[in-house]
Amino acid sequence: MTLWWAIAAVCAGCYVLKLAGLAAPRRVLDHPRVRRFAELVPVALLAALIAVQMFTEHGELHFDPARAAGLGAAVVALLLRAPFLVILATAATVTALVRVFIG
Amino acid sequence: MGQTTHRSAAIRDGLGVGLAVGLSGLAFGAAAITAGLGVAQACVLSLLAFTGASQFALAGAVGAGGDLVAAAAGALLLGGRNTLYGLRLADLLRVRGPRRLLAAQGVIDETTAVTLAQPSPEAARTAFVTTFTSLYVTWNLTTLAGALGTSFLGDPGMLGLDAVGPATFLAILWPRLAGSAQLRWLAVAGAAVALCATPFFPPGVPVLLSAVVVLAVLVR
Repeated sequence: MTLWWAIAAVCAGCYVLKLAGLAAPRRVLDHPRVRRFAELVPVALLAALIAVQMFTEHGELHFDPARAAGLGAAVVALLLRAPFLVILATAATVTALVRVFIG
Repeated sequence: MGQTTHRSAAIRDGLGVGLAVGLSGLAFGAAAITAGLGVAQACVLSLLAFTGASQFALAGAVGAGGDLVAAAAGALLLGGRNTLYGLRLADLLRVRGPRRLLAAQGVIDETTAVTLAQPSPEAARTAFVTTFTSLYVTWNLTTLAGALGTSFLGDPGMLGLDAVGPATFLAILWPRLAGSAQLRWLAVAGAAVALCATPFFPPGVPVLLSAVVVLAVLVR
């Protein structure tokens, strides 16, 4: 599968998922299992994405001190209730600075 | 408050969230180019997929050199929450036919949050349209700007842009974790499953496996 096919699949799939919700019969939402699953799945996936992007490289476990420092800085920014873009800018800046000093 | 006041408050909320969150398209544009996508590919995702977490997930998995089927599946699993938002919004928006096809594209985290926060159905519809429009326009313009800017920069790692993806996910996740010990446990378990699976599976698959933890919580 080429990258363009993956992009087309994601674009089409994301749209169908959105439309399915607007068009589905009302009672589907009343099922508590469905609600619970919807609440939980993004939490597990997002946490897994953070871990994989932080601590793996080319399919192997790998610790990058600069990136770890950047994420640590993002945690501090989150604790200080910084705006969304400030959080991202903090993470990038700290990562870049640590990379300059450690090499 | 009268109906007009409700609606102007809804417009203010919608524009505020749309413009502020839309700016993070800069981060997506940058992350996409860093991951090896082209400028056109980044822009097509923002125009047609238009759901941030899925877009970042696809770019991240591609950047990790992952299997594309697993990368796309991970992005779609994340997009599944928009289905539940749609279920919630259907009663409020009451759209049919071509307008429903158009409105569907706008069913995402931010529009749902602003729409459900309104005091009346009229204000909710106004909020949905305002948030969707301002966010869609801003997100797409900033995606283009971020992608073009980054492709001129050379090595994005020198600017620390590889930390932007994880920081974005953390910022999306943070409010949910703050409110619930069970969700914090789930997040840690999901991350642990993905890391343990990494040496044994092609990139992209470990992230999908973390969904198994959800089943464990549901069955319990």
